[in-house]
Amino acid sequence: MANRTPTKRAAAAIPHGLERAQLLEMYRLVRLTRALEEKLELLFKQSKVVGGLFRSLGQEGESVASAYALRRRDDGTGDVLSPLIRNLGSMLTIGARPDEVVRQYMAKGDSPARGKELNIHFTDFDRGFIGQISPLGDLVPVMAGVALTFRQRGEDRVGMVYIGDGATSTGAFHEGINFAAVQKLPLVVVVENNGWAYSTPTRMQTAARSFAAKAAGYGAAAEQVDGNDMLAVYGVAKKAVDRARAGGGVTLIEVQTYRRKGHAQHDAQTYMDPAEIEHWATTNDPVDRYVAALTQNGWASTKELAAIDAEIDRELDEMIAQAETSPLPDAEEARTDVTGDGPVAAPWYRLSPPDPVKA
Amino acid sequence: MATALESKPEHVRLTEQGKPVTLLEAIREGLWEEMERDERVFLMGEDIGVYGGAFKVTEGMLDAFGSLRVVDTPISEIGFTGAAAGAAHMGMRPVVEMQFIDFIACAYDMITNYVATSRYRGSGAVPMVIRGPSGGYVRGGPFHSQNPEAAFFHTPGLKIVYPATAYDAKGLIKAAIRDDDPVLFFEHKWLYRRPQLREVLPKEDYVVPIGKARTHREGKDLTIVTYAALVHKSAEAAEVLEKEDGLDVEIIDLRTILPLDDEAIVASVKKTNRLLIVHEDTRTGGIAGEIAMRVSEKAFEWLDAPIQRVTAIDAPIPYSPPLEDYFLPQTDDIVKAARWLAKY
Repeated sequence: MANRTPTKRAAAAIPHGLERAQLLEMYRLVRLTRALEEKLELLFKQSKVVGGLFRSLGQEGESVASAYALRRRDDGTGDVLSPLIRNLGSMLTIGARPDEVVRQYMAKGDSPARGKELNIHFTDFDRGFIGQISPLGDLVPVMAGVALTFRQRGEDRVGMVYIGDGATSTGAFHEGINFAAVQKLPLVVVVENNGWAYSTPTRMQTAARSFAAKAAGYGAAAEQVDGNDMLAVYGVAKKAVDRARAGGGVTLIEVQTYRRKGHAQHDAQTYMDPAEIEHWATTNDPVDRYVAALTQNGWASTKELAAIDAEIDRELDEMIAQAETSPLPDAEEARTDVTGDGPVAAPWYRLSPPDPVKA
Repeated sequence: MATALESKPEHVRLTEQGKPVTLLEAIREGLWEEMERDERVFLMGEDIGVYGGAFKVTEGMLDAFGSLRVVDTPISEIGFTGAAAGAAHMGMRPVVEMQFIDFIACAYDMITNYVATSRYRGSGAVPMVIRGPSGGYVRGGPFHSQNPEAAFFHTPGLKIVYPATAYDAKGLIKAAIRDDDPVLFFEHKWLYRRPQLREVLPKEDYVVPIGKARTHREGKDLTIVTYAALVHKSAEAAEVLEKEDGLDVEIIDLRTILPLDDEAIVASVKKTNRLLIVHEDTRTGGIAGEIAMRVSEKAFEWLDAPIQRVTAIDAPIPYSPPLEDYFLPQTDDIVKAARWLAKY
């Protein structure tokens, strides 16, 4: 029985209409996110990751909890999200598989983007995720277009787009959310305020009182939430998704969290205060807080959670071993998929030999 | 001066039923028919609804198709271009209007970084059209007269179309909408309402294939490769050259700039052995340079003279008539360059 209470004392009521099985699924997803990134870090140190590695340490909870509010299907009829680089948790929650992520990071020929794109920049329309691109902010207009289509076709689907505190400074963010608000589109814009845009702190990013305050300028609804409290994040995300689905238009959610790693693995984060990082790690870790909520409210036992952890480790080790045996793509593949018209010309070509008759 | 514009191109199919339409009307007909044919097709842009667009290309379409399919947008080129990409991801066929093509620069990031790379990155084809009025000869000044095609010509993943006739404009806009790749569709505003370009178009559905050039005028002495407005300036020049110099000039109208129809260009050069490239865009980094290089790669042995080009000068496009006239390629410039080439 999925909903059987594991402890002797009466369990506290679960908020937001969630069931115990869902709480455990969210636990599995957040543990999976952290474990997968830890494995990737090991692979990075072994030089098996091609290019950079981006960690979402400290932010996994809000990624999973926000995406968990979406309607997840794998037949192309569910909600659609577009993640950021620190939304591995959202990707896994909506339906991306860990082995796909590992293959992407290793630039394998059988990775979702077949070696042409990196890390979690990949797309699956059926499962409902559209890979971001590195020019930040651009996916806000794109997801406005996704939501526009839902409305045009009368589908009760919702788009969710993640954007960092830094990218709210771009024109693309402004134009996208403005258009979506004017059209009352079913879009949820999750602004992840983790304090940093690479090395730029929030105070150098905006003079606004908060990121949630920006919503008023667009006529969008606003929410602000403690990003390291998974259940709180789920609650506001669910409310925003329900509002969007019911025709209530755009909601901007400011998720307040903290980036405990540098921008990427190569970033020694010297501009950050180690004591502050330590403080967040020891007192405000989203996974620790979620575990405490689960166990102290009588929703799950530590034994149950440990079993989930062990299962994740086993799965990931298997996936990584398999991914390592996959070949890199054939070099000639660089010529394909530029347009639908066939491969582009080879690097050197000369079609016409000298004409001996004319000479 | 009698102009080539007054004589109808050979491909015109006169029908008893129809009335002759301008290039602008031809584009509207093409959009209209595609909207009727395929409910996935919809329009987005500034002032395209009630107002019918700055040039009235979309006039009447809001009434006919409703506000779900004719979507007026805020002033936000990166916003609605991105939204079109998102809609295309979801299976729609969006057609975006840039009020003036000059403003496409605002969406450069979205087009080059997002749209053009989507298929390659594994995020799927982005079947969308970005269309808008372009080009000079109308005293529009620096921000209403540009020809930014070369900026996008350098972007793999895009297709670029720039028609010179009403027949092609309709057939190509329909082909662009049906194409699975993103297409930039340039509409020369100097050609929009030129009475000389009125044609009676076929009643039945037709498309003009993207990627195929057209021989606007047959000739044997030298080839002019050109597109858009300068097809017509080149035709004027060809008449002068025929009358005054006895030269038989062949004109290739590219119609599609990306991908270039190398086969048609090379075949013509092999026939005439002399190549003049004419375009309205500025010189440095212009498309003429690429065409010249391709002919050098593929048909060097057939050339009897150095390849020449007539283009705008390397400056922003100015406003005042003497300045704009000097900046833009004129018929006389083409005549002079062709004479030099023929005598070489």
